[in-house]
Amino acid sequence: MDAPSSDQPGLIVDVQSAYRSFGHVHALRDLTIRVPQGSITVLLGPNGAGKTTAIRMITGALGPDAGTARVFGLDPTSRDGEEVRRRCGVVSAKPSLYDRLSGWDNLRYSAELYGLGRGDSATSAIRSAASKFAIEHALDQEVGGYSTGMKTRLALARSILHDPELLLLDEPTSGLDPESALAVLDLIRDMTSEGRTVLMCTHLLLEAEGLADEVVIMQHGTSLEGGRPSALAEKYLPTKRVRISTTMEGHLTALPGLPGVISADIQGRTAMAEVRSLDAVPDIINRLVNNGAMITAVSPFVPNLEDIYFAIRRSKGSSIDELAPPEDSTARPARTRSTETVL
Amino acid sequence: MPGLNTTQIWTVARTDLKQLAQARDFWFPMTLMGSFFFVIIPTILLFTITAIGDIAVVDQVAQTLDVLPAGAQDQIPEITSSGVEVTPAGRTAYALAVFLFAPVAVIVPLTISTAVGASTIVGERERGTGEFLAHSPAGAREIYLGKLLASLIPGYLTTVVGFGAYSIIVNTIVGPEVGGWFFPTAQWWLMIAWVLPPFLAICLSLVLRLSAKVRSTAAAQQASGLVSLPLIMIAYSQSTGVLFGAGYLPLVLGAVAWTAAVLFLARGVRSVTRSRLLGVAAGM
Repeated sequence: MDAPSSDQPGLIVDVQSAYRSFGHVHALRDLTIRVPQGSITVLLGPNGAGKTTAIRMITGALGPDAGTARVFGLDPTSRDGEEVRRRCGVVSAKPSLYDRLSGWDNLRYSAELYGLGRGDSATSAIRSAASKFAIEHALDQEVGGYSTGMKTRLALARSILHDPELLLLDEPTSGLDPESALAVLDLIRDMTSEGRTVLMCTHLLLEAEGLADEVVIMQHGTSLEGGRPSALAEKYLPTKRVRISTTMEGHLTALPGLPGVISADIQGRTAMAEVRSLDAVPDIINRLVNNGAMITAVSPFVPNLEDIYFAIRRSKGSSIDELAPPEDSTARPARTRSTETVL
Repeated sequence: MPGLNTTQIWTVARTDLKQLAQARDFWFPMTLMGSFFFVIIPTILLFTITAIGDIAVVDQVAQTLDVLPAGAQDQIPEITSSGVEVTPAGRTAYALAVFLFAPVAVIVPLTISTAVGASTIVGERERGTGEFLAHSPAGAREIYLGKLLASLIPGYLTTVVGFGAYSIIVNTIVGPEVGGWFFPTAQWWLMIAWVLPPFLAICLSLVLRLSAKVRSTAAAQQASGLVSLPLIMIAYSQSTGVLFGAGYLPLVLGAVAWTAAVLFLARGVRSVTRSRLLGVAAGM
């Protein structure tokens, strides 16, 4: 990532060049994360990339071996840690709920630890949070009998009980069916509209698409790149591309040699052409038609997060290898590009 | 300790106790054990001795009372307040009630509290709830002390309830033989209120340290057994000494135990860390 600036105003989380090892395993190496206030920032990376360790470092549950972590301008590993944690709401990869307690008692426990007490205001906060995630009907039941979706919703309700300024969500849709996952993502979006800042980990590109204001691409415990998806697309996929479809194979053979075309990847009746400028596209189409091609579709190619992600991975390939952990590490490299959106 | 958040301590303790109350598979056998030691065995033994009268066997048992320390022998009444001589069966039953069952008051709470304490921290880790605690504003000291309380209360509560039941049984069965209700004696009060709590605290400080450091509940239970067994034996001998002794001995013994307990707790409080709650501390 670019050289970070220190104490940048408007940053809720500012992790700079953080390192953390567990024995011989290097969980984080030169990790830099900056989370602007009021944004949804998504940590994207394969399993073992260090996303969970990053969350743990942000709350001060773990300290960095080297580097710094500032949250709300405070050091979470210092005496300020309690204040940092009080202002954060966390949903772990596993819901971390007490199965033998009822939903109500789980929320009550959290309310008390986060300083809401046991009075009417705590009761009101519990009811409000449970209602927001549609779990209020099950609060009297033991959590051990909840479905995975109910547990996730209860964990989400617990995370917002104390009205945190920063929400840290570690794979919040893990184990959910698609409908429940979509509902959770909608709720996350709603929470930022209420002024909260969200930092979310996921290995699902589809999940981050459309949700992330900012992304941080992680691998082997390091941040390969970070920023707004549009800015990253501009940086890593600067050339314009157009998808052209015809009625028959062979109609596009002339495409690579046409003026304005940098390169063309022809697959049967469809081609993806890299062009110098979108202004050149009408002339390119005219020439193809004049050559006898029967065009059925022309569409500019807008890169999605998956394209950006893999472009960054390709671009950073050599540096990833340099940063590769030793053989005894449990971290695993992500597979190369496929049509799947699961990393 | 300065700056302790007592609300957090009590919140952690109360939540653990609530979970324990839901765990019928835990408290049912523990209640059975308490009943066995405090009610069933004393009732059978004391009733048998007082009911069978002054036959040769009881006489023999009564003679063994001669080996008791002088301070203990002085406590055994020879005549009742109304001037009637106490029978050998009555004297034997009195000695058994006051001296023999003293270790019960030690074994039961230590066993129960050790069982609770061994799984309390490693259990958080195994269930994944350690992650919640690690991210919460609760301080590590508060978590430790909350867990300590949650382990100590079930054992001590069982003792208090069992002690009450035992007192009624002893007074009902042995009381008529020695001229009326006599139990608890001053030494028993001292043992329950002054000597037993620090021994419980010492034992739990070690058990909780183990619970924070080991990988699994099973390992914690095994290691805790090894740690608590010598402590139970020490507590056994000390409690007997308290009951036999007189004067300031029980007070001094209790004071020494309390000092040791404070030292052990001060060291034990450092055993709970957020990385241990997460299960990623070095050596785990």
